Amino acid sequence: MTHASGYNFAYLDEATKRMIRRALMKAVAIPGHQVPFGAREMPLPFGWGTGGIQVTASVIGPDDVLKVIDQGADDTTNAVSIRRFFARVTGVATTERTAEATIIQTRHRVPETPLREGQILVYQVPMPEPLFRLEPRVAETRRMHALAEYGLMHVKLYEDIARMGEIATSYNHPVMVNRRYLMSPSPVPAFDNPKLDRMPALQLFGAGREKRIYAVPPYTPVRSLDFDDHPFQPIRADAPCALCGARDSYLDEIVTDDRGGRRFICSDTDWCRQRRETTRP
Amino acid sequence: MSEIYPLLEARGLSLRFGPVAALEEVALALWPGEVVAIVGESGSGKSTLLRVLGGLAAPDAGRVAYRAADGALHDVQGMGEAARRRLHRTEWGFVQQNPRDGLRMGVSAGGNVGERLMAIGARHYGGIRAEATAWMRRVEIDPARIDDLPATFSGGMQQRLQIARTLVTRPRLVFMDEPTGGLDVSVQAKLLDLLRSLVADLGLAMLLVTHDIAAARLLAHRLLVMRHGRVVEEGLTDRVLDDPQHPYTQLLVASVLAA
Repeated sequence: MTHASGYNFAYLDEATKRMIRRALMKAVAIPGHQVPFGAREMPLPFGWGTGGIQVTASVIGPDDVLKVIDQGADDTTNAVSIRRFFARVTGVATTERTAEATIIQTRHRVPETPLREGQILVYQVPMPEPLFRLEPRVAETRRMHALAEYGLMHVKLYEDIARMGEIATSYNHPVMVNRRYLMSPSPVPAFDNPKLDRMPALQLFGAGREKRIYAVPPYTPVRSLDFDDHPFQPIRADAPCALCGARDSYLDEIVTDDRGGRRFICSDTDWCRQRRETTRP
Repeated sequence: MSEIYPLLEARGLSLRFGPVAALEEVALALWPGEVVAIVGESGSGKSTLLRVLGGLAAPDAGRVAYRAADGALHDVQGMGEAARRRLHRTEWGFVQQNPRDGLRMGVSAGGNVGERLMAIGARHYGGIRAEATAWMRRVEIDPARIDDLPATFSGGMQQRLQIARTLVTRPRLVFMDEPTGGLDVSVQAKLLDLLRSLVADLGLAMLLVTHDIAAARLLAHRLLVMRHGRVVEEGLTDRVLDDPQHPYTQLLVASVLAA
């Protein structure tokens, strides 16, 4: 399949891609460090994944196979339109199967299928700065990163335990990358945090509106912040998936009526489908 | 006995803001465990001096040297920002005039007290909380209010909370800028009393900026009188206040209202 005429391969011009690749190289060299880049206007609004799209556009080649997920699902509006966008401007093959993809662009989830070497996971990030709710001055947060002064993040976790009895960040739980940089794991659920640790695939994070790129190279240690006496715990709804029966996957809660009826199903649609295909032939 | 060195020593400090001389040739030495008050009227340069001594502002000329707990001598202006901020987290403490500048108003009292502990690496929630409770008791705030926001505290309580938050890591040197400003007289007296016992218990060295002569007399061992950016008189507190030599000091002492 060939790509649409009138546009450069992968929509962005080559100079822009080169600029973004340079930022990516620096980000990979300093795991967890936020690298500024000149985010472009994209044919969709900021907040819809412009950062992730620009990163994907800069690393994608004609032989790649692309998968796009939104909250784990391949079939939601954001995922469908971004996948179609790349099919049109690059002509690359697309897939819904995690194992077949070479590049997976994601919004707010890490696939349940373990990723392998050679794959690239591209996250769409709304707010790259983990300290932004605690320290309003951007210059000060950058100084704190430079000096690795991260006590303030623990103040936030302390407040959670004092008020809620436990660390209540069920998503976007802050992590330390390579024992040096504090990083916001895009807003993935805390359940996914352990998957970031020593992942064989390359993880790239793009924040379009905030114009920042950061990365976690393969096999980099990623540790979720916690207290010695309140260890980090990935949170998961206590139920099996209503479709495939999985007890180890992250679940979406679906309200089915106005009388409190609800079902839990796998957030990762590809994982759920695979399980149903293998368990019920 | 080993030789005793000054904790903080400044020489020839000068700083101008345009045509205004905020500091002119100021020299000062602070010894371990000593409380020195810097008094003077508004605009005399006392707060500027405090900021320069604490490394928060750079002088046009002069040097400030600090002798750390390990005996090493640091040039406060010349040391890197990382080292200076480390000092501010560990061996130094700053108490602001307005507790709202020194506290995190969106964080509970316990979180405020615990912040410095967490900043130097405390990672045990129970331990941090126990320490915060002990310090709240020590500054006479009901420990039951550990999870309340400082905004729900009175002015005097906020100031005491700020003191607890600063002293929790047992600094060796505390800078205080008008700690009793904005408090009513009975609350001031209580706060001064508390400060005096804490300083004695912890063996703190303290630099206190105040325009309140009574506070200076109560807390300070030595007094520096500043006017127009210069130190016009210096000496033991009782000596300076009972037998002022410089005409300005005489005026300052004479203008204190007798109760």
